[in-house]
Amino acid sequence: MGLIHEIDFGTPASKSEKQVTLTVDGFEVTVPEGTSIMRASMEAGIAIPKLCATDMVDAFGSCRLCLVEIEGRNGTPSSCTTPVMPGMVVHTQTGRLKDIRKGVMELYISDHPLDCLTCAANGDCELQDMAGAVGLRDVRYGYEGDNHVRAKNDGVANFKWMAKDESNPYFTYDPSKCIVCSRCVRACEEVQGTFALTIEGRGFGSRVSPGAHELFLDSECVSCGACVQACPTATLTEKSVIEIGQPEHSVVTTCAYCGVGCSFKAEMRGDELVRMVPWKDGKANRGHSCVKGRFAYGYATHKERILNPMIRDKITDPWREVSWEEALTHTAKEFRRIQYQYGRGAIGGITSSRCTNEETFLVQKLIRQGFGNNNVDTCARVCHSPTGYGLGQTYGTSAGTQDFDSVEDTDVALIIGANPASAHPVFASRLKKRLRAGAKLIVIDPRRTEMVKSAHIEAEHHLALKPGTNVAVVTAIAHVIVTEGLFDEKFIRERCDWSEFQDYAEFVSDPRHSPEEVEKLSGVPAETIRGAARLYATGGNGAIYYGLGVTEHSQGSTTVIGIANLAMLTGNIGRRGVGVNPLRGQNNVQGACDMGSFPHELPGYRHISGDAVRDIYDSLWGVKLDNEPGLRIPNMLDAAVDGTFKGIYIQGEDILQSDPDTKHVSAGLEAMECVVVQDLFLNETANYAHVFLPGSTFLEKDGTFTNAERRINRVRKVMAPKNGLADWEVTQRLAQAMGLNWNYQHPSEIMDEVAKTTPSFANVSYEFLEKMGSVQWPCNDKAPEGTPIMHIDGFVRGKGKFIRTEYVATDEKTGPRFPLLLTTGRILSQYNVGAQTRRTENVAWHAEDLLEIHPHDAEQRGLRDGDWVRLQSRAGETTLRATITDKVSPGVVYTTFHHPDTQANVITTDFSDWATNCPEYKVTAVQVGASNGPSDWQKDYNEQAQQSRRIAGHLEAAE
Amino acid sequence: MSHEEHRMGTKEKLVYMANQIATFFESKPHDEGVAGVAKHINDFWDPRMRRQFFEMFDEGGKGMKPLVIDAAAKIRRPRQDAA
Repeated sequence: MGLIHEIDFGTPASKSEKQVTLTVDGFEVTVPEGTSIMRASMEAGIAIPKLCATDMVDAFGSCRLCLVEIEGRNGTPSSCTTPVMPGMVVHTQTGRLKDIRKGVMELYISDHPLDCLTCAANGDCELQDMAGAVGLRDVRYGYEGDNHVRAKNDGVANFKWMAKDESNPYFTYDPSKCIVCSRCVRACEEVQGTFALTIEGRGFGSRVSPGAHELFLDSECVSCGACVQACPTATLTEKSVIEIGQPEHSVVTTCAYCGVGCSFKAEMRGDELVRMVPWKDGKANRGHSCVKGRFAYGYATHKERILNPMIRDKITDPWREVSWEEALTHTAKEFRRIQYQYGRGAIGGITSSRCTNEETFLVQKLIRQGFGNNNVDTCARVCHSPTGYGLGQTYGTSAGTQDFDSVEDTDVALIIGANPASAHPVFASRLKKRLRAGAKLIVIDPRRTEMVKSAHIEAEHHLALKPGTNVAVVTAIAHVIVTEGLFDEKFIRERCDWSEFQDYAEFVSDPRHSPEEVEKLSGVPAETIRGAARLYATGGNGAIYYGLGVTEHSQGSTTVIGIANLAMLTGNIGRRGVGVNPLRGQNNVQGACDMGSFPHELPGYRHISGDAVRDIYDSLWGVKLDNEPGLRIPNMLDAAVDGTFKGIYIQGEDILQSDPDTKHVSAGLEAMECVVVQDLFLNETANYAHVFLPGSTFLEKDGTFTNAERRINRVRKVMAPKNGLADWEVTQRLAQAMGLNWNYQHPSEIMDEVAKTTPSFANVSYEFLEKMGSVQWPCNDKAPEGTPIMHIDGFVRGKGKFIRTEYVATDEKTGPRFPLLLTTGRILSQYNVGAQTRRTENVAWHAEDLLEIHPHDAEQRGLRDGDWVRLQSRAGETTLRATITDKVSPGVVYTTFHHPDTQANVITTDFSDWATNCPEYKVTAVQVGASNGPSDWQKDYNEQAQQSRRIAGHLEAAE
Repeated sequence: MSHEEHRMGTKEKLVYMANQIATFFESKPHDEGVAGVAKHINDFWDPRMRRQFFEMFDEGGKGMKPLVIDAAAKIRRPRQDAA
């Protein structure tokens, strides 16, 4: 296997289409204009010595090691900063160059520790490599005198020496090993866009400094790891490498956190994971990462992970560890009993957006083929189901229109209800890079997120609307575009239904949709709405990126339709740089939807009522599929409370924590007779489970994830499942126990079945993915290499469909008892319900959920920063600590939902999107007041959870 | 509708959901709205939800918006044996 060594070309690739030919050491090489001599040489297979250059950042020219000689030019220019010219004749190795390089290295090494044998970078150190490359044999200057290496010189404290900074939980900063090449500083600026690092001092006193001479953990650093990756020495080193040593082989796989779907090299020593390093060929991330994917994988070996199947008769009993055989036979028997007793439709299941496509496909297959009903749903219900509906209605396909690379050609980015810097950090870095290069930004969000203003980026317009008024604001933008004649008539006539456009134009032109009227509802100044509309319509390539702040509302689907309308109005569809891009939450939520996880749809978004589609599966699976739509998650819970739904198979979801109105969820679960939870940990839902099937992590199985750009990425097994079975094997064993004749030997066979039965996946196979790296669906004979950008020559549905978007205020209203509006979201270091990230060192950044409240509202209530506060809605109450900030407007409060102790969803209500039942997480009327500590409910909940997690034979409960 | 301190039961919720769907389609011409509401419920509601819907409809459809009432004729009544 071996380690995957990626070639470092030293400087970024040039995008020029014009080719230039030059000669390097007698070899002709042709490269795009604008390429550096260093990169051109590397293309020709000649590695020029270098220290400060790496192809993730722009050339800097400081180390003076990469010098070359060019015929007809004076001196020895640095090859990283010198662009190629036609006919140029370059020499990379001459007597003069050899002397200079050796002299440079001599100086570097004279101020560097000589502890190579015990250094963590031993075997992976560019300084060591360069000393070898230039043939350094002696340091004539000696090691005495001024230095940064030793704490004391001759017994006297050395003030140039700095102690190691070990504050970051994942990497160390050892200034004594720093050669001040600035690669870390530039990676932080150019790749990550945080600007947390700088070089302080000057000359010999120059040092890398996080923030203003702070510790890494106290600085603005977001721990993305770009600096660690860029560091050529042991100055910035992963603690895991320090502890374990250098890896010996690596496997390319896909991150299991957010919907960006970054590619990583899992670098291994034996079956121990040493580190995750972003893969430069990963088309979603292009070699970048965030703190979660790069570092937060420790949950896979956390002591609370459950590795044995368990069952119990009542949820008040302790768990009993049993064999897989017993657990699965018991489950199958219970499910069949329930169906016999209460009817075929009395059971169902939930597929996991964290599991692979193959695993998701099997769960829905088990339900449709084995349970004989369509009661299957997935967590997309509570996040992007309105995207599926809205984009399906308007464009004919339920997914984003672009690839992430497209942002490089965007002129105006419009972000609605999303905070990519926290929730989709690697995409945010790519967007910020484009913004620093001059693209404009509009943000529609109740909070002043870091996208609105942070280092070297600032939104042109921030529409800080009142939660729940998205439709009004989006429609007002359309009003401005139509009434001011800013729409793209040619595009609309060619691609859309003209009469539907006319109807829509008439609808939005009504004065009730004008910015001046909408200002009264939304609180956004009319001029800001007008400015945003003009910029989006006329600023060049306009791209919309949106998140759950759009979908998780009573009118979520209507807003998605409104967004689709905006892109059609302005012709911002069907080419690079534009489009409508839902930022999907979980790693495989796109895939879970694609694989037929919705109760009304078979894989590939084909409605269950279609006879021709059902026939495909009927003949392959040898059953007659039910032609009626099944229950969605909230409907399952309602039916459970009503007594008609009694059993559920939940793979990798924690509905008790993630779904709204916790009390209703727990009542539903409690009313069931067989709740089966398959997960890594005893999650909150497992408190109500009768069967627990241990799950496997993404490191322990083969499969694919599909990210927010429809990209199918391979997930590769790097170690054996610690629980014994990959999740797809568990589902297969359960299906077999229920009498189904399944016999998949490898996940690739499952993908083959998907391809065979789903037109948009027709050409997808593991063999093809191996060849292509990754591919974006649709991938079939019409698009043999996949589809980076959709709707290029026309919409999937034919003509683009404009649909009226009437604003209807939510019924969740503020009043004297609940005067504030609560909205919820995510933070960078934590992920979703936190089951994974809470079990990593990421808690260093976010140990508890905090309530953000405006100083004005806090003062009125006599609250100080850090106080315990009671948060109440009509659904329930909880307590948490307050943080006072003007990021939120007066009247609005905000919190995250990463911690079960807080249970923010005790507060959220059962209101939901009209079209999809996607819950209205983003608007809850609340009251906030002083509190002494946890509420009775929280205490009771914790008590119940502790009781419920007891395992017979284990002294302590699992948590 | 006031919801403070009030948790909806399943039937009440179904009426609420049907009315929400109708509200969206109210901005369309009446016939299109009727067809839209019916199609939406046919496409997305499982048989037991539609059965409960018709139980309420057959008792007079209390609380249902006129567009829901008008659409009911086009909503599929679930088969007896449906799940």
